[in-house]
Amino acid sequence: MALLEIRNVVKQFDDFTAVNDVSLSVEAGEFFTLLGPSGCGKTTLLRMLAGFEQPDAGQILLDGQDMSRVPPEKRPVHTVFQNYALFPHMTVRENIAFPLKMAGWAKDKMDAQVDELLEDVRLTEFGKRYPHEMSGGQRQRVAIARALVDRPRLLLLDEPLSALDAKLREEMQLELIKLQKEVGITFVYVTHDQGEALALSHRIAVMSRGQVEQLDIPENIYGNPKNRFVADFIGQCNVLEGTVRAVDGGTMTVDIKGCGEVRTLAVPGVTVGQQGWLALRPEKIKLDKELSDLPDEAYFRGRIHDCLYLGDVTIYIVEVADGVLIEAMLPNNIPGVAKFFDDGDIVEIAWRFDAGSFLTE
Amino acid sequence: MKNRLGKWLLSWPPLLYLVLFFLIPTAIMFVAAFRFPGDYGGLAPMYYYEEGKLIWDLTLENFTRLVEEPIYFELFAKSAWYAALTTLICLVMAYPLSWLIARSAKKYRDLLLLLVILPFWSNFLIRIYAWMIILGPQSAFTRAVNWVWTGMGGEPVQLLFTPFAVIVGMVYVHLPFMVLPLYANLEKHDLSLLSAAQDLGANAWQRFWRITWPLSLPGVFAGSALVFIPALGMFAIPDILGGTDSIMIGNLIKQQILDTRDWPFGAVLSIMLTAGVLAIAMLGALIARKGVKRG
Amino acid sequence: MAKAKQSAWLKVSAWVTYLFLYLPLVIVVVFSFNDSKLNAEWVGFTTRWYSQLFANEKMLTAAGNSLLIALAASFLSTVLGTLAGMALHKYKVPFLSFLVLTPIAIPELLTGVSLVIFFVLVNQILGILELGLFTILLSHVAFCIGFVAIVVKARMQGMDESLVEAARDLGATPFQAFRLVTLPVIRPGIIAGALMAFTLSIDDFVITFFTAGAGASTLPLEIYSMIKIAVTPEVNAVSSLLMLLTLVLIVIASRVSPGALRAND
Repeated sequence: MALLEIRNVVKQFDDFTAVNDVSLSVEAGEFFTLLGPSGCGKTTLLRMLAGFEQPDAGQILLDGQDMSRVPPEKRPVHTVFQNYALFPHMTVRENIAFPLKMAGWAKDKMDAQVDELLEDVRLTEFGKRYPHEMSGGQRQRVAIARALVDRPRLLLLDEPLSALDAKLREEMQLELIKLQKEVGITFVYVTHDQGEALALSHRIAVMSRGQVEQLDIPENIYGNPKNRFVADFIGQCNVLEGTVRAVDGGTMTVDIKGCGEVRTLAVPGVTVGQQGWLALRPEKIKLDKELSDLPDEAYFRGRIHDCLYLGDVTIYIVEVADGVLIEAMLPNNIPGVAKFFDDGDIVEIAWRFDAGSFLTE
Repeated sequence: MKNRLGKWLLSWPPLLYLVLFFLIPTAIMFVAAFRFPGDYGGLAPMYYYEEGKLIWDLTLENFTRLVEEPIYFELFAKSAWYAALTTLICLVMAYPLSWLIARSAKKYRDLLLLLVILPFWSNFLIRIYAWMIILGPQSAFTRAVNWVWTGMGGEPVQLLFTPFAVIVGMVYVHLPFMVLPLYANLEKHDLSLLSAAQDLGANAWQRFWRITWPLSLPGVFAGSALVFIPALGMFAIPDILGGTDSIMIGNLIKQQILDTRDWPFGAVLSIMLTAGVLAIAMLGALIARKGVKRG
Repeated sequence: MAKAKQSAWLKVSAWVTYLFLYLPLVIVVVFSFNDSKLNAEWVGFTTRWYSQLFANEKMLTAAGNSLLIALAASFLSTVLGTLAGMALHKYKVPFLSFLVLTPIAIPELLTGVSLVIFFVLVNQILGILELGLFTILLSHVAFCIGFVAIVVKARMQGMDESLVEAARDLGATPFQAFRLVTLPVIRPGIIAGALMAFTLSIDDFVITFFTAGAGASTLPLEIYSMIKIAVTPEVNAVSSLLMLLTLVLIVIASRVSPGALRAND
């Protein structure tokens, strides 16, 4: 049985439906992420798990027990808040000891447990400090230690890294993965940062307008987006409109609007004449002055429209037909060369038949 | 359910207290304006029984008395004029100071502001008393003024117990009320607006008049209301620093309530003062709302 | 160049304003040590006005009354004002908000007038609340509640809402969350409100003047009658002492609770 089961949960605020019939389950020990843009309902769902909001319909089961009528303080679930919510009038020790005090632990047992947690988050010397005397990253670690100290069944993290700068965020990501492995507690992580979600999670639920758009492992979320929203939201993606012309076993032929016919992987249930979109990641597209014309590849000639130099890579926007722009990404792997082509250059692009995925919605 | 219980528990004690010791007394004052004065001051009974029938003994006489005698209207006008003059002087004095505090280094701002508030924490009477000393006939200040004045060919003048002393005292007591909202407003101004205006060709005066001043209007109005309203109802300052020619409406109310004990008429005057205060407050709220819409 | 000149003007005008604020108070203090009955010319140093003050029975009784009323009024209005401030922050209570704010907004004179009429009528009808120290106390609480409520509400607004949620999330009941998190966090606001109420009460003249009746006297009433009847440097002496008391209170406040002086901190 799954640790956490969310069944047909609905949450309405006045006439706005924040969470619309969401069902999913999280296994024990999993690092599970709710990913989506602001307003997609991920935070509302998290607040229902913590007990700050009540679902209007549906059930939330933890270890098979319905949590609907259980107040936040009675749930074996803790939250790491976006702004940490450390108690400003308590020292780091007192903050971390708070859940134990609420649970009525004995003093010596409590001290030992707090010491252990301080060590876990490498803050042993900081126990007597107050939150305002610490850096953002340190506060973050206190917040995590405080939420883990009494070993909850489930840890909820609400955009915990959003207040940190880019460098520190990367460090904290590694630390979170390590910590989760060590303590073995199930994490439900909320973020709008797709990179963070891909890097941290065992599984991701991509949410939009109160619903789960796709629930899968990171590789599939990125590699096989289920619809245009997911393709667009996760990473860079070319989305080319087209019509299915022929289906032939494992592959099919799609006529890209204004461009021409390409072969791609067949999608179950898709028949001839269906409209849709071909989603193509820029890094899966080959680009050069001249490319050999291979049978398994789609092949086009075009003109460089724009170049975006990003340091490690450069994105070339190629106009293959009037108004049809395709982005291709090349690593800048030759020393001293910033970009290989200039605006207006005539180039050739190609991609394998299995590079893209055909989306019907 | 729980929510409503919390609201009830928090609200009732202060609510009850204020209904008892603010709302009911105010209501009684309003009713008193329609009653007859008692034979020995205070209030006559509101009703009596005649042949077993209840008869209300109320009157509009107190109001007609107010309208019939122009002296009361003149006193109101004079009080409003004193309060307006006080407000204007406070504004002129507070503006540069507030601007300077708002533009000084962050670490000094609290201290400079505290220095403005500190005198306000000392006793109200002491602050008025200080001006009795300064403006007294023997004081160095008065003698200096008269030395200059007589040197210019004027007759020696008295400063204490004059409208001048009343205005000085009112400005002194109310100045912090103008500085605080002005500072709160000016401190929030985005200085890059001034740089932008300068960049676009505005000189110092234009920058003030076209940018700073219009943006500071909410602070100006808030400060003006905070000064004008208490100044309008002032009685202690004219009582102590003023002479017979500089009494305000507050002095008349005090006299009616405590000395002649004509409570109904005192109540009428108080109601008129309340009306004046309400009018100013509503005007302020109206202007503030317009400002919010525009911003 | 133009900028330097402009800010020089600003600075001069600001310093003149500070001088205007402080010179009168300095003069009061200086003349409290002046060996002359007139507050006009410096004659010589003396402390006799202070010794005269401490021998003045009436003044000492009045000071005692003031202190007693201020302590009681600040306690009561802090309790009621804190409740009101929290209610105003947490819930929509327009009627309470009107009742709390109006006594602050209108001239004190009006509060004094309505309260004296009220107390006298209640006394005539019910035989309780005769004008005196107790009616002064009741009046002071009525106008101090608002000041405390404003400061406490501001502090509540400055408080991070998620702190209470965090406490609940970590196992605290609603009451525990209030006692262990909300109360300590808004404590500087409560202390600031209490100090404000204390100073407002001990300094109040106008409302006290109306609600005191014939017998009771407070320090401001005593000062008033001295100013009106016979000005002697004894007034300077008591004024100086009162200023010292206020200063000490402010210093204590800033030590006990550094945030207390800044309500929005």
